[in-house]
Amino acid sequence: MRRVSGILVVASLAAACSGGTRAETGEPPASGRYDLGRAATPEEIAAQNIDIGPDGADLPPGSGTVSQGAMVYGAKCASCHGLRGEGIPPAYPALVGREPREGFPFGRDPKAVKTIGNYWPHATTLFDYVRRAMPHLTPGSLTDNEVYAVTAWLLAKNEVISGDAVLDAETLRAVKMPARDRFVMDDRKGGREVR
Amino acid sequence: MTDPKKLGVEAGDDVPARDDRPMEPEGGLSRRDLLTGAAGAIGGALLARVGTLEAQGASTTPAASFAATPQVVADPTKVPGLPTSAVGARSPFEMPARTPVGAIAGSSLTPLQDLEGTITPSDLHFERHHAGIPTIDPARHTLLIHGLVDRPSMFTLADLKRFPYVSRVHFVECSGNGRAVFRNPTVDTTTPQRAAGLSANSEWIGVPLRILFEEVGAKPEASWFLAEGGDACVMTRSIPMEKAFDDAMVVWAQNGEALRPAQGYPMRLLLPGWEGNSNVKWLRRLELGTEPWMTRWETSKYTDPLASGTARIFSFVNDARSIITSPAHPRTIGKGWQNISGLAWSGRGVITRVEVSTDGARSWVDALLHPPVLPKAYTRFSIPWQWDGSATQLLSRATDETGYVQPTRERIVAVRGAGTDYHMNNIVGWRVAADGQVFFHGDT
Repeated sequence: MRRVSGILVVASLAAACSGGTRAETGEPPASGRYDLGRAATPEEIAAQNIDIGPDGADLPPGSGTVSQGAMVYGAKCASCHGLRGEGIPPAYPALVGREPREGFPFGRDPKAVKTIGNYWPHATTLFDYVRRAMPHLTPGSLTDNEVYAVTAWLLAKNEVISGDAVLDAETLRAVKMPARDRFVMDDRKGGREVR
Repeated sequence: MTDPKKLGVEAGDDVPARDDRPMEPEGGLSRRDLLTGAAGAIGGALLARVGTLEAQGASTTPAASFAATPQVVADPTKVPGLPTSAVGARSPFEMPARTPVGAIAGSSLTPLQDLEGTITPSDLHFERHHAGIPTIDPARHTLLIHGLVDRPSMFTLADLKRFPYVSRVHFVECSGNGRAVFRNPTVDTTTPQRAAGLSANSEWIGVPLRILFEEVGAKPEASWFLAEGGDACVMTRSIPMEKAFDDAMVVWAQNGEALRPAQGYPMRLLLPGWEGNSNVKWLRRLELGTEPWMTRWETSKYTDPLASGTARIFSFVNDARSIITSPAHPRTIGKGWQNISGLAWSGRGVITRVEVSTDGARSWVDALLHPPVLPKAYTRFSIPWQWDGSATQLLSRATDETGYVQPTRERIVAVRGAGTDYHMNNIVGWRVAADGQVFFHGDT
């Protein structure tokens, strides 16, 4: 059993320990468990477990087209993000844009504008974020079909998918973003070298 | 229609470098007003101004506390003082304030220039949120832990408080801290608050995350966990399991009391030394898995572009930084002795050295580090200095236990590129003019 240093053991533990030695020495229970909390039900987990990883495995049923997405975007998003996804800088950054076509200039050029099309590495992130956090003033109010649709419109405007594409779990999972391979794990380690 | 600029989406990590100085609201009470009042004619005039402030809806400024402040008398030994009160207020002569205020999705900064020692008063701790501060009933709030665990579990706040707990002093710092002055190093009216106020330091009380993960039976194959907040953007970040088994905590108290709402009430994740955004506030869920989730906040935001045409991802650790908080803009100093005082911290451990230059980086001397010097916590440094009245520059440079030395702005640009983002911890300082005025000096 790993010893836990610097830990105070709550008084209730003392009663559970014969002889009180564990409480006195600050050791955790032999089982490693305190038997606190309760089991979470499948329904409780399902109600909160809304995250979509890059494999898209948890994408929900439903679908949306680019033209449906244009309707959703116009009604729910354009007032803040602009009619064409151009944003209202600096408060609302641009959503749409593929410039520059070649390269990834952001480290060199502080004026380069990051968009979904030129910076976001995963399309699944777009679905996850829009569903959990947008629209800003009524978050979580879009149906899954609406989220698929507005995701489709944003990806089409960024020239990542075609204008007649239909997005569903299968097609969204297959989208490869232009900046997909631009990200590298942090290699700073402290020490003398500045990275 | 809500004004988008008011909402300030994403402006929060990139506050304008120009100081908008709301410390003394226009038409508000200033220290000078009060001092003048102390010398003589006050009374009705002072109270009338308090009324005006209230009418202007000034409740977001500390001036609101003046409503309960009686007039300042010429000789406090000649009249009885104030009675006891339920909640204390600062002296009316002290007006530290976060700025800017009013952002639903944005940030306010800690007034570093007004603070002493290392603990940030909780009501002055910087704020950064992406969808406002939720009001959460602790009796209804739960923490769900599921995914790659033997026993998916729900914990109430009361449950958490029955686990063995620890008390730790740590800074929390947004990885956007210092970005404004990195981008605009020549704005000489920048204050310490503007330059480095997206950071704060508190005593935190909570349960080590390792204990919670052992309680639910974390499976050995789990290598990442997702932390999710209960705010209106349902903030999510992916965290390596190693941090859980190192020093991560789920905390419910800060500086002797429950967390402030802006700091995650009733519970938040605390990842000592790691960028603020990953310390998920209003924590409601932890899911264990084998890969990072690639959330919006760890891909499109909080990644660090490099000149090589790549971007650093999961750059959690905040490297060593220091800043002189006094003297600093907008103060004016006089000839003779003064203390140069400031703060240093590192996300990799303890600060081992802070050097100060009073001649524009030509020579450096070691400052005194005031105990306690704790890992991943603010360390206060100071050094007495006799100003001879000639124009000069004051700079500070921190070293941490790994041997890392706080770099110059030029060095960061050289190794990462001028467009890089987040984790800009370069040396900054202050230019002292011959007339004693102190101005920001950010281009070292």
